[in-house]
Amino acid sequence: MYDTSDIRKGLKVLMDGNPFTIVEFQFVKPGKGAAFTRTKFKNLLTGAVFERNIRSGEKLEPANVEEKEMQYLYKEGDDFVFMDPQNYEQVTIPGEIIGDDHDLLKDNISVSVLFFNERAVGVTLPNFVLLRVTGTEQGVAGNTAAGNVTKPALLETGASVQVPLFINEGDLLKIDTREKAYVERVKG
Amino acid sequence: MCGRVLWRDGESIGLRTRVGDVVVAPAGEARAGDLVAAAGASEPPVVVRRYPGDEYPPPGSEVARLNPRRLEALARRAAVLRVVRGFFDRRDFAEVDVPVRVRAPALEVHLDAVAAGPDWWLITSPEYQMKRLLAAELGRIYSLCRCSRAGEVGAQHQPEFTMLEWYRGWAELDDVLRDTEELVAEVAMALWQTTLLSYGGRALDLTPPWPRRTVAEVMAEWAGVPVRGDEDADELGRRVRAAGVDAGDAVEWDDLFFAAFVERVEPRLAALERPLVLVDWPVALGALAREAPGRPEVVERFEVYAGGLELCNAFGELTCPAEQRRRFEADQARRARAGKPVHPIDEKLLAALSEGLPPSAGNALGIDRLVMLMTDRADIRDVVWFTADEL
Repeated sequence: MYDTSDIRKGLKVLMDGNPFTIVEFQFVKPGKGAAFTRTKFKNLLTGAVFERNIRSGEKLEPANVEEKEMQYLYKEGDDFVFMDPQNYEQVTIPGEIIGDDHDLLKDNISVSVLFFNERAVGVTLPNFVLLRVTGTEQGVAGNTAAGNVTKPALLETGASVQVPLFINEGDLLKIDTREKAYVERVKG
Repeated sequence: MCGRVLWRDGESIGLRTRVGDVVVAPAGEARAGDLVAAAGASEPPVVVRRYPGDEYPPPGSEVARLNPRRLEALARRAAVLRVVRGFFDRRDFAEVDVPVRVRAPALEVHLDAVAAGPDWWLITSPEYQMKRLLAAELGRIYSLCRCSRAGEVGAQHQPEFTMLEWYRGWAELDDVLRDTEELVAEVAMALWQTTLLSYGGRALDLTPPWPRRTVAEVMAEWAGVPVRGDEDADELGRRVRAAGVDAGDAVEWDDLFFAAFVERVEPRLAALERPLVLVDWPVALGALAREAPGRPEVVERFEVYAGGLELCNAFGELTCPAEQRRRFEADQARRARAGKPVHPIDEKLLAALSEGLPPSAGNALGIDRLVMLMTDRADIRDVVWFTADEL
């Protein structure tokens, strides 16, 4: 069991059967009262965030949560297949667990897979990936109305992102997976 | 290669080389910290602290730790201390120095003293010693001292901090409240020539007098918990939980009260644009305050919250030795239940109360928080010269 002095960012705890990670905490203590840790928890399954005041002396239950580096192999229908490079074991993870950025997954890319009670519950891509443009219009006027001179580009993994006008088919782009956004063009 | 002289060691002070001069390094790859010759002068070498292009200040250095923003707040801190001393000196208060190391530290269950050798502890406040001085017929005393409270680390807490505590004999709690209002206003005027400040992006009007509300009012209105002050813990627990407050597994009166206070009242206090004086505290949170005349469910105690900071805690002092002993024994029992060290009762304090104390009132004000308020800093680490983790 954890107590309030163990609280830190990233600590994984179990509450009402759900795994949570601590995203923020603050020490609060009225002069004549007990100390509390005002703690922000994020549900690792739903992403929902909520706040609770944990009184000094209260206990928190550790969650059986493990993060593993795995390699993306291939897509199988709506599922995605990953491999543990340590022991070559494969796991199949449904697309809805991977979420919006499943169309940034490129073969052999290394991702972080979150297991809760030995079951995969989340996949985190590296912050940046390099992907090639498979389709974009040449030299269009772009959407200049708001001062943004951009156009859509289709990437090799199926995702579509807004890119500057000078980007051509075949270019290699650095993509921020958190925003699903173009960062820069790279050589190669 | 050349660099600017930011500091020189005693051995190498040149006659004409001054801090700020540009000096030329000998050929080669000189770095900050190297000895180099001063430019064009037949002078001893100086230690170069910085070259153009170096990262400055060097990460982890003292110069980086005490950055200009922090030094600005610390200069204000010194000014606050000067104003505080002037304020009390002009009112004929005697400044007293109290020991920081004692045998019988505070017994309140939520104060954890720092051990300072076998059977010795660092004070959590100078209260017990100052009350002995009241018994010595010193009618107006103040102290600026260092206090320590184990485990208190956060944006508003450091385990070692500076406390201003003052007492008036033959005085009422209202007299001390007036001192507090005038002191804070005087500090603001001295630093900023106005009592209209801003704190954390909100306007904060420190002009006296400050609004007052009772603890019962704010608990009912903001927390949805009716509190009289003399109900038992079971009854309070039912009301707190009925109001939907997350009280965890709390069973003690004070834990239940503060679960509601921290969840519902403190966030509201942070949003106020004037300081709030919270008066009429429940007798269960009486500590060293005396019962209010004719209202046994509350004690003579106030706290001031300004900009969300708990600035001070004041009592109409309990002077009855028998009642004080009863409360100390209750505190000892409560500490034992909580599995905390049970400190001895300060018999010298009780003896002083038996000699006779005039009706007195006193206040304890956190200087660090006053400086935070005056310099618009959200983190106490920005207003102290050394934090605990910088030692």
